Amino acid sequence: MGDQWMQFVAAGLTSGAIYTLVALGFSIVHNASHAINFAQGEFVMIGGMAAVSLVAAGLPLAAAVLLAVAVAAVVGLIVEKVAIEPAQKTGRADVVTLIIITIGVALFLRGLAQVLWDKRVHVLPAFSGADPIAVFGATVMPQSLWVLGGTALAVVALGWFFSRTLYGKAMRATAFNPLAAKLMGIDTRGVMRVSFALAAALGALGGVLTAPITFTSYDVGVMLGLKGFAAAMLGGLGSFGGAVAGGLMLGLLESLGAGFVSSAYKDAIAFVVILGVLFFMPGGLVGARRSERV
Amino acid sequence: MPAAANVSERASPPSARSAPASSGWGRRLATARTGGLGALALVLVALPLAFPNNYFFEVAILVALNAIVCVGLNLLIGYAGQISLGHAGFYALGAYGSAILAARWGWPVWTSGPVAVAAVGVLAWLVGRPTLRLKGHYLAMATLGLGVIVSIVLSNEDRLTGGPDGMAVPPLVLFGRVVQGEPLWYTIVGLGLWLTVWFALNLIDSPIGRALRALHGSEVAAETVGIDSAKWKLRVFVQSALIAATAGALTAHYAGFITPAKASFLHSVELVIMVVFGGMASIWGAVVGAAVLTLLPQFLTVLKDYEMMAFGAVLIVTMVFFPRGIVPTLQRLLARSRR
Repeated sequence: MGDQWMQFVAAGLTSGAIYTLVALGFSIVHNASHAINFAQGEFVMIGGMAAVSLVAAGLPLAAAVLLAVAVAAVVGLIVEKVAIEPAQKTGRADVVTLIIITIGVALFLRGLAQVLWDKRVHVLPAFSGADPIAVFGATVMPQSLWVLGGTALAVVALGWFFSRTLYGKAMRATAFNPLAAKLMGIDTRGVMRVSFALAAALGALGGVLTAPITFTSYDVGVMLGLKGFAAAMLGGLGSFGGAVAGGLMLGLLESLGAGFVSSAYKDAIAFVVILGVLFFMPGGLVGARRSERV
Repeated sequence: MPAAANVSERASPPSARSAPASSGWGRRLATARTGGLGALALVLVALPLAFPNNYFFEVAILVALNAIVCVGLNLLIGYAGQISLGHAGFYALGAYGSAILAARWGWPVWTSGPVAVAAVGVLAWLVGRPTLRLKGHYLAMATLGLGVIVSIVLSNEDRLTGGPDGMAVPPLVLFGRVVQGEPLWYTIVGLGLWLTVWFALNLIDSPIGRALRALHGSEVAAETVGIDSAKWKLRVFVQSALIAATAGALTAHYAGFITPAKASFLHSVELVIMVVFGGMASIWGAVVGAAVLTLLPQFLTVLKDYEMMAFGAVLIVTMVFFPRGIVPTLQRLLARSRR
């Protein structure tokens, strides 16, 4: 029984780590633009698929991983430049319009992937072998440790970036009040671009880390995107601690729910939880109770 | 802008709209509305004359059913300013509810349909009540979640729903006769669309419509003049869900077969896209958006593998250059050229 628990916890933390990375992407883009970027899941797909292709092209695994994340970041930058920036320049695009544009981007990227690669499922070799390790009574694949470690590293680096660097502070200032930030000389356009690139890189990191476990295909981003959104909302959209807490919690609940309640409804658990939270704890788990300025 | 006012009136954004102060204004508004309804009736009646075969009827029925959902959804998105990413869930529940009552328990369709639609209305009320009090993207999240749950339940409960493969739906029987054949269904669905548009046009020019536009502009300002924003938002949310469920039930009994794909997130997104593409806060925009985006895939199929890419690109380009949607933008251009 105890072993089974540990097994589910390990699996839950692994998938929770990915939801965390996707949720962080949602929060970063939301802070910069107040829009929900429904192409966030597609960045996960691009990361995984690009890494698979680069390895197939003969690159060493480490180089392929880094390059895949970089590719996704560039795609994020292009998306902002080509689709989001022109829409915002006209000044008449409201949040709903921006959401539709990101959905258009998601469809475009998914279609592109389908043409560029194919509709088959691909797999990336595990980073350090496939021999399971026993940890606290649970049998864990080494790749799970890579996922957890990589996510932890990304979260710490992000925390340092937002609290210690000038640019990170500029991004937080822009999130808090774009107009005031602009008046203080912050290049808010640049912040938008960096936000998209950063969100894309985080998503791609998630995609690369999990590609050896869950495999990857052109449409892998759809469900991951939705669950990442749920995780971000669970923690309180825009909050970084919230994204981490929401992601891990969602992963754990999903894994335990699938194990002990019903595996057929595994994908529904995240959404049942989010509905419950929205009904009883509006604002998310860590969402700040702030009063609205009129 | 005397001559142009008539045209731009219907779909201009809430803020740009002037109040119909004098009785002359009121009369002109009335003609704009009845004129539009008359034109729609004319188009609906005249279209079949140009249809060479049943395939055109099928596509037209599909367009009209989508347009019905979109007109309802636009009340929520365009006028109340709330986004729903789960309307396919309501649509599919209307379809499956009526189908299950009729097929598994032998209810006559003229009772199973209304009961299913009413049940969807209750569900929408239960979900909308807590979430519509929240600000921001919460309704989007709640409706998205509901939609995904509905689609998973429909796929999993295969004893009732037939699972991912879908289920056969008994036909609609009215006055002892089976309703079948594309022309007859076209008549029913066309009438349904006309009634929905009529209802929506009346609603937005009623006190409810004015309240909705006010709270879209500024919720705080609307509340200070005594508008119970949560109440009106909830009401229009439930109404749009009822409309979606009705269209769903009609689709099920027309097609004779349904699959859980009708409840998918993608279908919800398609519905929202139709509304925004055609024009938010424009009843005619919703109709045009539904027509264009139902027809577009029929043409894009020639692109085969590139279809999804092309659809995405069309979406991006349209929304970047016509952020308010096709119909309002064209109306503004028309108004400007007349000036």
